[in-house]
Amino acid sequence: MDINDLRGLSTLFLMVSFIGLCFWAYSRKRKNTFDEAANLPFAEADAELNQRTVQEEIQND
Amino acid sequence: MSELNSALEHPTYNYKVVRQFAVMTVVWGVIGMLVGVLIAAQLAWPELNPGVPWLHFGRLRPLHTNAVIFAFGGCALFATSYYIVQRTCQVRLISDKLAAIHFWGWQLVIVGAVITLPMGLTSSKEYAELEWPIDILITVVWVIYAIVFFGTIAKRKTSHIYVANWFMGSFILAVAMLHIINSLAIPVGMFKSYSIYAGTVDAMVQWWYGHNAVGFFLTAGFLGMMYYFVPKQAGRPVYSYRLSIVHFWSLVAVYIWAGPHHLHYTALPDWAQSLGMAMSLILLAPSWGGMINGMMTLSGAWDKLRTDPILRFLVVSLSFYGMSTFEGPMMAIKTVNALSHYTDWTIGHVHSGALGWVAMISIGSLYHLFPILFGKERMYSISLINAHFWMATIGTVLYIVALWVNGIMQGLMWRAYNQDGTLTYTFVESVAASYPGYVVRVIGGGIFFCGMLLMAYNVYMTSRKDVEPQPAPAAASAA
Repeated sequence: MDINDLRGLSTLFLMVSFIGLCFWAYSRKRKNTFDEAANLPFAEADAELNQRTVQEEIQND
Repeated sequence: MSELNSALEHPTYNYKVVRQFAVMTVVWGVIGMLVGVLIAAQLAWPELNPGVPWLHFGRLRPLHTNAVIFAFGGCALFATSYYIVQRTCQVRLISDKLAAIHFWGWQLVIVGAVITLPMGLTSSKEYAELEWPIDILITVVWVIYAIVFFGTIAKRKTSHIYVANWFMGSFILAVAMLHIINSLAIPVGMFKSYSIYAGTVDAMVQWWYGHNAVGFFLTAGFLGMMYYFVPKQAGRPVYSYRLSIVHFWSLVAVYIWAGPHHLHYTALPDWAQSLGMAMSLILLAPSWGGMINGMMTLSGAWDKLRTDPILRFLVVSLSFYGMSTFEGPMMAIKTVNALSHYTDWTIGHVHSGALGWVAMISIGSLYHLFPILFGKERMYSISLINAHFWMATIGTVLYIVALWVNGIMQGLMWRAYNQDGTLTYTFVESVAASYPGYVVRVIGGGIFFCGMLLMAYNVYMTSRKDVEPQPAPAAASAA
């Protein structure tokens, strides 16, 4: 066993983690969580929120 | 009472720092690109190098690259990352003071670059030219940025960390690591230092830094921008959240190995060159993962492209991203690199990424942001955005086509041999043959720059409290 075995094993390790990542990301169990996450940019009422933020800034200045 | 309740439930955000960075993005964009047009003109017409050393090409070139990457690109990334992290974590930044220090500290860094680079003070490392006192200031400002960004994520109200924040976070961490390791130097005076690395190791560290500046500053950060503003402007969630996770981890794992392709056929050991080439080829997959994910977000909403020039900016930037991330791996192949290296093709490739991808995704995102930041319904003039879009697209295409032609021609001329083994062309013959391409580049870059002036005017008019936005052009939407 020398350093080259370690190098070979690191390639194997990366491959296994990549395949594991794919299975993890695409598993049916996580579908709902990811759908929820994907909708995060739309979670807030933009117009009201933005208006209030800008108004508050004007008051504070 | 109800107002008070909603104010307690939904905290308002720090838009001030976002607005400051957003405005400075436009200011530094105009200045950085103006310097770019000037040095492009100096290459076409050398008479434009005046007797004063401060305005010489050799000193203005690093000023141009630093201004567009770190001043224009940096401010765009800071503005959007602070906006995205607040909106997707649903909390205000943890500290307004630290955010303000970040803003003013970064402007100080840029002013330092604007003063020292034309004076000829440089560490001579490409994209890391600034001398050690400024390097230390950058490190301090960057740590403050990291504290504000990750601190805000830590106290988020949402359970999930939205994917755009993952990209922004990786950009912040990786750039900190790259900057510190590549800038390690021994100062021998106030404005002079020597790298602690020597010879080939120094070159490898430099291009490990250089290519990951492309990978994490100019790619991961702007992909974070893409993952928020493309869904937002298209009005629909990202095409595949799962693909975004897979391509995020692949991208950050692979990019870090691609640096050696900048050192093909040099003193760098051959195995390292081949490793860099192989990793660069693999990089195509995660890069296109992001491009496909952004493009497909529009499926079912393609008609919006006809009426919305902001969405056009975002989508065309993705096309340029896809194109330059195909071109990059191809140029990393050693046999292709033997033709392309040291020619204008490389500069053309950089600009298809920098103008087409980085600048256009930033411009699109900022057109989305400015009305929000100034409390307006929309930008002052939609038709000016449309004009800007066409100028940016035509300018970029002219620029890169001119340098493709120049680059391939130079590569072929330099490697042409006569039957007796002598070179067919002298170097200066290849320079003379490049002249038409240099002129076209000035024209393309000039058109892109004029587009930025339109943007500056549009932003100014949007910011004015006494000016109402022009009515949305009905004719343009019908056409």
